[in-house]
Amino acid sequence: MKTGDQVSCTISGIAVDGIYITERDGMAVVKLKSGYNIGIHPHQVAFQGDGEELAVAEPPVVQDTRLPVFSIISTGGTIASRVDYRTGAVTSRSTADDIVRAIPELGAIGQYRTRQPFSILSENMRPAMWIDLARAVYEEIEAGVRGIVVTHGTDTMAYSASALSFMLDTPVPVIFVGSQRSADRPSSDNAMNTLCSVAAADADLGEVLVCMHATSDDDYCAVHRATRVRKMHTSRRDAFKSIGTEPVATVTYPDLQVKRRDVAVRRDATDLALHDTLEERCALIPYYPGMDPAILDAHSSCRGLVIAGTGLGHIGSSMLDGIRQLKADGTTIVMTSQCLHGRVCSRVYNTGRDLLQAGVIEGDDMLPETALVKLMWVLGQTDEPQEISRLMQENLKGEIQRRSLYGL
Amino acid sequence: MDYEALGLTAGIEIHQQLDTREKLFCRCPTRLRNIEERTAEIHRYLRPTVSEMGVIDRAAAEEMKQTRLFTYYTYDTTCLIENDDEPPTPMNPEALDIGLTIAKLLSMTVIDQVHTMRKMVIDGSNTPGFQRTALIAMNGVAGNDCRIESICLEEEAAQRVAGNTFSLDRMGIPLLEITTAPCMHTPEEVREVAAYIGMVLRSTGRVKRGLGTIRQDVNISIAEGARIEIKGVQDLDLIPEVVSREVQRQVSLLAIRDELSSRGASLPDDGIDVTDLFRETKSKVLKKARSIMAVNLKGFAGIVGREIQPGRRLGSEMSDYAKKCGVGGIFHTDELPAYGITDEDVAALKEACGAGSDDCVVLVAGTAAEASCAILQVLSRGRMAFEGVPEETRKMLPEGSSAYMRPLPGAARMYPETDVLPIALSREMVDGIVLPELLSDRAARFRREYGIDEDLARRIAYSDRLITFEKAVLAGIKPSLAARTLLSTMRELSRDGVDCSDIDDDQCILLLTRVNEGGVAKEAVPDILRALAGGLDLDGAIESVGPAFSVADLESLVDRIVDERSDFIRERGMAALGPVMGIVMKEVRGRIDGQVVSDVLKRSIQKIL
Repeated sequence: MKTGDQVSCTISGIAVDGIYITERDGMAVVKLKSGYNIGIHPHQVAFQGDGEELAVAEPPVVQDTRLPVFSIISTGGTIASRVDYRTGAVTSRSTADDIVRAIPELGAIGQYRTRQPFSILSENMRPAMWIDLARAVYEEIEAGVRGIVVTHGTDTMAYSASALSFMLDTPVPVIFVGSQRSADRPSSDNAMNTLCSVAAADADLGEVLVCMHATSDDDYCAVHRATRVRKMHTSRRDAFKSIGTEPVATVTYPDLQVKRRDVAVRRDATDLALHDTLEERCALIPYYPGMDPAILDAHSSCRGLVIAGTGLGHIGSSMLDGIRQLKADGTTIVMTSQCLHGRVCSRVYNTGRDLLQAGVIEGDDMLPETALVKLMWVLGQTDEPQEISRLMQENLKGEIQRRSLYGL
Repeated sequence: MDYEALGLTAGIEIHQQLDTREKLFCRCPTRLRNIEERTAEIHRYLRPTVSEMGVIDRAAAEEMKQTRLFTYYTYDTTCLIENDDEPPTPMNPEALDIGLTIAKLLSMTVIDQVHTMRKMVIDGSNTPGFQRTALIAMNGVAGNDCRIESICLEEEAAQRVAGNTFSLDRMGIPLLEITTAPCMHTPEEVREVAAYIGMVLRSTGRVKRGLGTIRQDVNISIAEGARIEIKGVQDLDLIPEVVSREVQRQVSLLAIRDELSSRGASLPDDGIDVTDLFRETKSKVLKKARSIMAVNLKGFAGIVGREIQPGRRLGSEMSDYAKKCGVGGIFHTDELPAYGITDEDVAALKEACGAGSDDCVVLVAGTAAEASCAILQVLSRGRMAFEGVPEETRKMLPEGSSAYMRPLPGAARMYPETDVLPIALSREMVDGIVLPELLSDRAARFRREYGIDEDLARRIAYSDRLITFEKAVLAGIKPSLAARTLLSTMRELSRDGVDCSDIDDDQCILLLTRVNEGGVAKEAVPDILRALAGGLDLDGAIESVGPAFSVADLESLVDRIVDERSDFIRERGMAALGPVMGIVMKEVRGRIDGQVVSDVLKRSIQKIL
């Protein structure tokens, strides 16, 4: 039997009509006339006839040619999806028409080009895909769009956005967006996040940003700098937070007013450029009490290693020999802190001074994940140790802040 | 009414809250709260999602006539799951166990593998925009031969506080939905089946009790009529009234249909603007209206104003449809002149619409958009009158009539809840369920074993105090004394405003044991309970009623009273017993058993005579 077939189930001697959906754990899953799915022993299910093919009505979408053009690039994060109530399946949609049909308010803001370089769950994202994505964004900007919206799964969105920050000098806003609640539910945050993202893509901004709910309410979105944003909650709508800084802008909903802060990089402040080389052989490891120094041996093939150390940027002294060995083998080592908030400083305590002596680079107030992505990018640009060290400690895309402000 | 001839068919859906420790898909307690105790408010929008067929469910579409911002109250007894900010936990096994127990009591077949579904609900009462629901059993039987179609385990919705504001305390409480086949044919039968199912539910001792914890939806149709769902019938005794009034409504609507066709009635496509006609009217509503629309219903005279159910006319139905557009209601010429609208107004209106004496003109007032939307709704309901009875979901009005709510929801609004894994139900699991004794069986046993009469046995078996009763009997208290105290005495006290619900079972049983042993007079029980409810302990409560009276004290008191009234007693003989007993009881009430008083008094009077 195949999905959509008409079947009859015998339950306590009474025949009940339904539609065959699939097989699961040895059970036939059948959708009954009432809409309920049940799992039933396959021998109780009898084929009745082929499923009816239902013509899908797709009302045409007319884009208003007087409006600015935006590019929506989907990577697998769905901002539009549709439920098939016949089978209960949820399908994602990524053409411009599909997206405007799902979120009709978009039609009043702009016209849309769409691209889908790949379609994956964001946990399966790999650095090679960042390169494909950066090239796709570059081409769209070259084509002259007003702004870019990248739809992305939320799990690794901050890594990808950060990677694009380093690879791309952009004169227009590149806005990453996703939803914490799937787009097939009436309560999804997808529509508000997408509308706010397009408003941000239309605004006087010129950098890579992440736009998501700022609170648990459907009231406004925060627009975060890609190199300073982190997913701080597993499920809440307002999971994304700027760390150690304020969001670059806010977008209110449903009136879509963008309020930019002074720190924002303005539109056209930068010339378009693409630096799409990365050194993927890099790792990020947390230090913890009792860590086996042999773990460092397992990273001997890495060209770059970011450590999320304790407090001001420490690891146990038992690790020192291993660190020196890695360094001698030519691995660049960058120290960040698992505290996330604050700046590493290796000069306060002996352990820190020993690390400095061993040639470990202080990661300043960079987030550990941002430091990893940046290290991949820097090692992709140069092999010169002094230059690597300089670039890692220099603020390139807002990832390092010179001062720690009170209250953030 | 001859229900058989009318072809009455009815079915019911019973929704019962379960008394579990935690909610169905989160670990919050199933406790209701006062809105003053809320900890925060959340503000959200909901959007209808489009099906693969490119359509939005018709009931969902009606809810979404305008975009609404919903407000939700949170408590320290709710969590991120009610906020739709965290995925649901696996289904609460305690709730599933109660559901399976009830399924087994109703001889149902349990589903091999239970799949949780999302039923789209976008009226705001569910934060995710859907209600989680799972079919757990099918095909059982209630009472004699009414077939139970299905049992679903689902989440209770949030409670509406006012307008678009909801309270999240109730959302997620496990709810059992029991649906019968359309197997009932008289109003009384519907009540009986509902009562039987209610009895089975309560037999588990694991369902919530009290206001709003059980709700009945009744599905009713007659031959040539239509299936009507009447939601939220809370009182079992109102069911026959609701059914009979609905039958009456459908019969009246069918008669209207026939009359309209014999009169050759017809409807226009749209109304006309008559705002100018009412510039100088004395009707306040019409005078301040920005737009007034009218429509001539040809051949409808006397029909729009005809009663189809006590207190309801065809005009009331049209008015319910019109209200969906935001107007307050409608006026029609079957009820005019009235409301400040004069004979002259009516004449001018009829003329403007070209209406004759067989016609009925309907008026609506509001903003231009509201009025034109409302007039189309009136026409749409008018057209349905030619067909007879439209399929609808209706809500019950306090006396048993009903009002239009929305179209019947389509079957196409259910899709899988992917966040909850399917649950396999094995035969061993179902076989392992120990069935509770049905309350009806328990009542029969009380009658048989304790010799209490049928009515008292039934009342105690069905009461909230059943467990206390069983404990008391086990402790050796006479069943009749226990039953009387727990039912009659406590009910009388609650009528006086004394809340006995907090009185501890043990205190209650100890008190009855003392009565059983003769240490406390039966008559003192109400006063002692009153003192217990007031917070005293048992000894304190007994003390407060007055010191116990010894038989010797009683004898001297009785002798004194008899002596003072010796003339009266000699005159009346033994007939004086009653009046004198009253005087004695006034002195000793509650401090010594009435039977003892009566015996002592009898002896004392006999001494004189």
